[in-house]
This record gives sequence, C-alpha cells and structure tokens, in this order.
Amino acid sequence: MESIIGVLNYGAFFAITAGIYAILCLGLNIQWGYTGLFNIGIAGFYAVGAYTSALLCGPPPGPLDWRTVGGLGLPFPVGVLGAILMCGIVALFIGFISLRLKEDYLAIATIGIAEVIRLILKNESWLTNSVWGLKHIPPPLHSPIQRGISGFLSANPDASVAVKALISKSYNWFYLGLVLGIVAILYWVSERSIRSPWGRVLRAIREDETVVSAAGKNVFRFKMQSFVLGSMIMGMAGSLYAHYAMFIDANSFEPLYGTFLVWVMLIAGGSGNSKGAILGAFIIWGIWAGTDFMSGYLALSAIRVASLRIITIAILLELVLLLRPSGLLGEEKFVSKMMGKSKRGG
Amino acid sequence: MLKIEDLHKSFGGVRAVNRCSLKVKQGSITGLIGPNGAGKTTLFNLITGFYRPDRGAIWFLRDRIDGLPPHRVARRAIARTFQIPRELKEMTVLENMMLIPPAQKGEKVWNSFFRPAQVRRQEREIMEEALRVLEFVELIRLRNEYAQSLSSGQKKLLELARTLMSDPKMILLDEPGAGVNPTLMKKLIRNIQELRQQGKTFFLIEHDMDLIMNLCDRVIVMDKGRHLADGSPSDIKKDERVLEAYLGGK
Repeated sequence: MESIIGVLNYGAFFAITAGIYAILCLGLNIQWGYTGLFNIGIAGFYAVGAYTSALLCGPPPGPLDWRTVGGLGLPFPVGVLGAILMCGIVALFIGFISLRLKEDYLAIATIGIAEVIRLILKNESWLTNSVWGLKHIPPPLHSPIQRGISGFLSANPDASVAVKALISKSYNWFYLGLVLGIVAILYWVSERSIRSPWGRVLRAIREDETVVSAAGKNVFRFKMQSFVLGSMIMGMAGSLYAHYAMFIDANSFEPLYGTFLVWVMLIAGGSGNSKGAILGAFIIWGIWAGTDFMSGYLALSAIRVASLRIITIAILLELVLLLRPSGLLGEEKFVSKMMGKSKRGG
Repeated sequence: MLKIEDLHKSFGGVRAVNRCSLKVKQGSITGLIGPNGAGKTTLFNLITGFYRPDRGAIWFLRDRIDGLPPHRVARRAIARTFQIPRELKEMTVLENMMLIPPAQKGEKVWNSFFRPAQVRRQEREIMEEALRVLEFVELIRLRNEYAQSLSSGQKKLLELARTLMSDPKMILLDEPGAGVNPTLMKKLIRNIQELRQQGKTFFLIEHDMDLIMNLCDRVIVMDKGRHLADGSPSDIKKDERVLEAYLGGK
C-alpha cells in the first residue's frame, strides 16, 4: 500500500513538471508549429518568467543576499501576470529587430538573447543574486493547505500510514491541479486561435509569407503577435516553475532543459497540433525521468550517465524525424473550423 | 489605370529595369512580352511592391504606389499571381482561397473569443464565395485536398482563383499559361475573358504567342529593361524592332 502511495506521490511530482513543459510546448507550438518562427531561446523566456515572478512575490533581500532589489511579496497572480508581461516586452523587442528580416535571423536573435539573459542571471548580482539564486519563493496558498494537513493529521491520529502519506503531500496535488488547469485553459486558447482566420494567416505565413503579403496582409504584424503570444505563454511556465521549486538559479534554465527538451517534445508530439504538444511533453518527460531511474542499474559514473541520457533523447529525436516526421499527432487536415464543419461541402 | 514613368531598378551591375515607361488602360487585357531577361517579372515585382524602384514613379488610379510595401499595394485592389505557383502546400485548396479576402474580422485574434458569432457568420460568407469561385475555375472537386497535391496546371488555376477572392480592380498574371495543357488553357482564356466582362483589368506576362494573340487587346514589348514597342497584337507581330529583339538581329 505504502509503495502505491509512494508511486502516486511521485506521479504528482512528475506530472507537475510535465505539465509545466506542456505549457512551454504550447507556447512553442504557436510560434513554430503554427507560424514557422524558429525560436531557439526558449530557456531565456522561461527564465525571464521565473525571475520576474520570483522577484515580485519573493521575500526582500536578506543579510546574506547580494541582490538589492525585488522581494515585493506580492500575491502569486501578480507574479504570473508580471511574468507574462515581461516576456511579452522582451519578445516585442527581439521581434522588432529580427522579425522583418529573413527567418534565420530570428533564430540567431533568440539564441543570442537567451545567452544574454543567462549571463545576466549569473553576473548581475544586484538583480538576480548571481549564482546564489533566488530563495524562498512562496508557493501559492501553501500555508492554508499546510494548516489543513496538520489539522487533519492531529484530528485523525489513528489514520493509516498510507492515508497519512497521501494527505501530507496534498500540496503537490493542489499544485498539480493548478498546473493542469492552466494547461487546459491554454489548450483551449490555442485551439480557438488556430482554428480562426487569425490562425489561418499564421499557417499561411509558415507555408509562404509572400502569398500572405500579396493578399494585403501585414506579415510582420501577424508574426509579432504569434511570437509575443508564444513567449508570454513560456513566461507563464517560468512563473509556475519558480513557485513550485521555491528556489531558482541560472542552472535551472540551461539550454538542455529549457530549450532542447521542449523542441524534442513538440516535434515528437506533433508540431502544429495542440494535443500533440501536450502529449509530447508528457511522453518525453516520461522517458527523460525514466532514464534517470534506470541509471541506478548501470555501472557507470554519473557524468557518463548524464551524457547517455542526452544521446538517448537525441537518437529518439532522429528516429521520430525519420519514421514519423510529423510527430505522433501531426497537424490536422481541416484546421479552420469557424465556418461550421458540415458546410465544408464534404 | 496603371502608369509607369521612367522606372529604374538595378541589381548589382545589372540594370533589370531601365528607363521604363508604359501605361495600362482600364478594362483592357494587356500583354507584356519580351525576350528572357527583359525585366518583365522585375517590373511586376516593382508594381506590387516586392521590389523598391531606384528611381521613377508608378501611378495607380491617380495615386503613387511606388515604394509601398506589398501588403499596402495589395490593399489598393491589385492582385497578382506568381510565375512559379506559390500554393500554400499543407493547407487545403479551400483554405488557400479563404485566406485571401482582406480585412476579415477573425484576423484579429480577440474577435474569435469575444465576437465569435460575427466571425462565424463572416467565415460562412467567405466560404460560400470561395466555393463559388472554385466552381467557376472548376476546381470544386478538389476543395478538400492539400494544395500540394494539385497538378501544375491546376495550381495555375488556383493562383488565378485566389486573386478573385479579394475582388481586385487589376490582376497581374505572370505566365498564366506556362505548363498548362491545351484543355486547361482554353478554360483559362475563357475565365479571363469572362472576368474582363465583369470589369477587371488584366496585365499579363506570357511567352505563348497564341495566347497573347487570342486574348490581349494590347501588347507591350520590353527589351533590356525598357519599353520597346506597344500596339495591337497584329501590329506587334509585324514590328521590325520586336522581331529584332527576339531573333537577335542587328
């Protein structure tokens, strides 16, 4: 019984992380899957979201901190909104300088800005506390839920060990509900948008932007909207991560975790398909976490195992590209839906 | 309707369009011919804003349109097709058509959330229009196929059909006949003539002399980036300068 509870509790922890990745994937899906915008600086937006939220909601700098700003102690929703807004501003800036140029430049600009952000996290200690990171980021509704848990435990001292084990992890279950709720809302938003005429313009830009501008549509404006919207969603993921982990530093946003894995997830799940984006996040995170378990059975040093995991994921990516290039769930054939299904003349 | 004055465009050392001046009359089907490299497609790209002229002016219905970006030119009701069809490959034929109408309500993303009924109504109207045009060019059976699965002739028709979705005043066609089989070609000619009856102006690049002779009421000849001659198709056929440009005489 206890072991089942253990697995369940691990499952909540696993699904929270996978859910946060699903949000990153939904953001990237709008940019790449729908519009063909090549953003390889996802980790940068993820980090900006996390740090913004942490600085807005976290405690003021302590005596051992290097940072001199932040720690406004604002409520969680303000942190999320701040993260969204800040990522939108950063995206607007990058988009303004690179979205008018050929598509390759966006890739260069995004990887560049992600690197700049990483250096800011490491070096601008007045703001980011440098390598010591930001601590004690408050998880939303943590104390009332903890009070509830201790209340339950003291009121039911003879509850079975299993029930106690489950109840004591209630906060994780609450947070999982929060993350999955946000995934569901974002899924709905991105489905609604892609199936609208707006989404049709984005997909047409992905196919051939010359046609779109010859049809009198301002390609730059649509690309900007897509890029900013996708980046804002990534910022939301960053905020959710910060308030769950409670501690963030530059290492939390390495390109491997922040960018590479997200790309693998989207491509494996199915670029251009919101369901695929979510599915890919759960499957790839499952494989990634699973290989961590298996490493215990290998007689290899930790460093080698870490490299092996990356190689495993890379091979998996190659296989997907070779065998199923559109991913597990590719883009649907009939995407525009607002004219009504039956009227397509089927 | 369209007036071009002293237009210049060079790429590196090549003067693709050089001191070019010409006019296209309202309601006409005007052909644009000339040897390869005469600057015909460059001229189209200049008119539609894909290139910026180095010098000169382009007038469309009393307004100067040179230097405007492509989407602003298109909003003046100038539509174009491309020499090599640019179908939106992984979108259906119907979606290729439904993309085109200008200023759709649902192109503002928030309208789909806050005014879905309006967007839906307009989508149905646009779809009906698209189906009507597809019927007209006889691509209706293929409406739910990916555009990439069309034959090259059908893609040419789709290009023409797409231009009709924006209700243009003037349509620029870049080699509408290239790669089109004779049956489709007849259909294409019929379609263009019918549209002219409806008041559209055509300006088209073509190498197929039969098509030019059958279809156009005026022909403009370009050579080495400039206007060489213009007149009725039969006059142009006899013009010595034209023969010289084509046959490379002295």
